Amino acid sequence: MPLNIVVCVKQVPDSWAEKKLNPDDRTLDRASADPVLNELDEYGIEEALRLQEAHGGTVTILCMGPEKAGETIRKALSMGADQAVHVVDDALHGSDAVATSAALAAALKRVEFDLVILGSESTDARMSVVPAMLAERLSLPQMTFAKKVDADPDARTLTIHRQTDDGYDVVTSSLPAVVSVVEKINEPRYPSFKGIMAAKKKPVETLSLADLSLDPQTVGLAGAWSTVNAFEQRPPRQAGTVVTDDGDGGTKIADFLVTQKFL
Amino acid sequence: MSQILVLIEHANGAVKKVSLELLTLAARHGSASAVVIGPGADNAVADLTRFGAATIYVASDAALTSSVVGPKVSVLNKLLGEHSPAAVLIASTAEGKEIAGRLAVRSSSGVITDAVDIEDGLVVVQSVFGGSTIVRSAVTTGTPIITVRPNSTTPVESSGAGEVVTVSVELAANDTSAVIAEHVVEAKGGRPDLAEAATVVSGGRGVGSAEGFELVEKLADCLDAAVGASRAATDSGFYPHQYQVGQTGKTVSPQLYIALGISGAIQHRAGMQTSKTIVAVNKDAEAPIFELADFGVVGDLFNVAPQLTQEITSRKG
Repeated sequence: MPLNIVVCVKQVPDSWAEKKLNPDDRTLDRASADPVLNELDEYGIEEALRLQEAHGGTVTILCMGPEKAGETIRKALSMGADQAVHVVDDALHGSDAVATSAALAAALKRVEFDLVILGSESTDARMSVVPAMLAERLSLPQMTFAKKVDADPDARTLTIHRQTDDGYDVVTSSLPAVVSVVEKINEPRYPSFKGIMAAKKKPVETLSLADLSLDPQTVGLAGAWSTVNAFEQRPPRQAGTVVTDDGDGGTKIADFLVTQKFL
Repeated sequence: MSQILVLIEHANGAVKKVSLELLTLAARHGSASAVVIGPGADNAVADLTRFGAATIYVASDAALTSSVVGPKVSVLNKLLGEHSPAAVLIASTAEGKEIAGRLAVRSSSGVITDAVDIEDGLVVVQSVFGGSTIVRSAVTTGTPIITVRPNSTTPVESSGAGEVVTVSVELAANDTSAVIAEHVVEAKGGRPDLAEAATVVSGGRGVGSAEGFELVEKLADCLDAAVGASRAATDSGFYPHQYQVGQTGKTVSPQLYIALGISGAIQHRAGMQTSKTIVAVNKDAEAPIFELADFGVVGDLFNVAPQLTQEITSRKG
């Protein structure tokens, strides 16, 4: 049996750049760094493509984000996904995780799927809650923080190794299910030239809030259930002492630790 | 005084330090109520009372911990409905954040993760973008659900009433759909949990190899510290991925952070720059880690670290 998979992706500011907040509405200043595909989502796309290679079926990219996120969708398609759905609406600007999960869940209800796969977190907000929220909203098994994914589409079952602090849990469920994958579950492929060319012709469906029958008042900054009151830059750390090792570097650190009462 | 619910993390009743921190934080803003779920929950009562719990909700049914997250959400949601607490505090661990997220959806409440402090009026302080920006926010809808990072406050002993209330809950159909079939432990021998540890010793690219990490581990062990690694080190296969500290790994905020052979790229700084005291050893005097370090040594970590280990061991007697 083929396995139809939806991979949720997000466009984020480059995680190797300094990020800041926008003083006007206290949302992330997305112009302050290059927008890129959330690098943890690449593991989700790769895992979906591997499952597709093993079982057949389609891989659909689902992305909520501004017009510009179209570039991120093309990147995901160039890795090998078949098609995409782009949820785009000005009213979504400033959505919190609760609203984001509501919009993604509404979009997911329009498509048939066996698995939804996400990265374990976005590198900008880093809340790591959307996969669990989707499981809650869609009433599907929460198969998150997977470092190994085994699907059996014929038996309609799924087994994952869920990463824990001291090892992993073996977790089983039926299909469909919501999966999030951790970094290093696989080695994401680079888009080939052929893949990049092909991506330009792959279908991307655009959905507005009206298409999803969502009230604009329930999403975005207007519908957020928490609000940022204020923010400030942390004062830079005071420069400390730096010495060059003359054969007594370890002793000097020990002396320092004594002055700081660590020893 | 309104109740503030604190979800307790424990292993067969042995309470994690972060949960005691959360009780202390809760008692500052209301009446601290502990919620202990799973086998051994009763064993936690004495410790929770000693750290100020006025009420202890105990749900010790083993079924509550044999599925992923869902049952814990049901217990908390039931308590929300019955007691209308002022807030729910949960440790900002991977699973803690998932519980918070699902509870927010189920109870139509706002959620804020990764708090480093809670101020009057339940204003939540977060340290974002790798500690470069401090944000103050508040939940405006429903019951504030807040996850708090380990090491955000010092647990204070203060005897609470410790009234035990047994809780049973009917699970929703989807609570038990992801079944935990087996728990596999593969942790490295007896070191403290990375996110909770008071001291962290991390190695980076400069450590050079998996074998080289023995030197990092030796220093960590004489300080009773957790071992961390930079992304460069985990990407090179020197150390397992789950010990990665940084933007895409764990965020730590220990009292003491020792960085060995780590240059201090933003990817790494984002995960450790709120540490109270930072010590760095690196060959390159220009490495950005020295901008953060309270004490830095420019030198070869293969000389400096063993000497430091020896000094600490001998000074401890």
